[in-house]
Amino acid sequence: MTVVFWIAAALTVLAALTMVGVTNLVHSALALALSLLGIAVLFILLSADFLAAIQILIYVGAVVVLLVFGIMLIQRGDMKESNLPNRYVGVATLVVLVVVGLFSWLISTTDWQVSTAAPVPSTVEPIARLLFTRYIIPFEVAGLLLLAAVIGAIILAREVKSK
Amino acid sequence: MITLTHYLVLAAVLFGIGLFGALTKRNAIGIFMGIELMLNAVNLNLVAFSRFITPQVLVGQTFAVFTIVVAAAEIAVGLAIAITLYRERSTINADELDLMKW
Repeated sequence: MTVVFWIAAALTVLAALTMVGVTNLVHSALALALSLLGIAVLFILLSADFLAAIQILIYVGAVVVLLVFGIMLIQRGDMKESNLPNRYVGVATLVVLVVVGLFSWLISTTDWQVSTAAPVPSTVEPIARLLFTRYIIPFEVAGLLLLAAVIGAIILAREVKSK
Repeated sequence: MITLTHYLVLAAVLFGIGLFGALTKRNAIGIFMGIELMLNAVNLNLVAFSRFITPQVLVGQTFAVFTIVVAAAEIAVGLAIAITLYRERSTINADELDLMKW
């Protein structure tokens, strides 16, 4: 458990650093896929089997592929210099260090009320039960949001009629 | 022994890296990648809370499902906007997109 956690954590963080570090946009997308796979492994360690499957299906399978499609449609010419940083790297580094430092300090000083109960063996049924009883209204709203997003994306990306 | 703190700090680090990407990338698609990583860090937090604080009630995991839905909607609309912008202005360099800058 411990070894797998450290391997998955190192993989996730290194892949994320590669994602922001490289200047080739396609390499960034591949590093992002690796990082998301590392998070899926962490989900399995947290006994969230359903979410691990969803993570691989939606993020690695759909979101990253969609990003690569977007790159393919938009980026022309030299791919090597397609993901350059802007001139705010210094300020952004400072902001990120402050944010991460603050978060880590708050996390380590908080007294978490950890429960020692065993996790449920299978998560699909409890999640489905919650989605269709207690959280039925957010569930419907999420469906509406997806519908609105799909229609909006189609209208935005549709070929513009020549005036 | 891996505790809740480990997961939370890891998620904070991932959030920071995603924030750095979203703040410093010139390409709009690079910014989307940073945002996706930040949303994933939040998901990791939610699942870790669900596992360690309420292991019997999966509210955190249910909430993570909603986050994934919002992330998927965001990336679909975001890419559509990027494609439209590219068609109008032949660039998606975020430094040059100052149409709404006053």
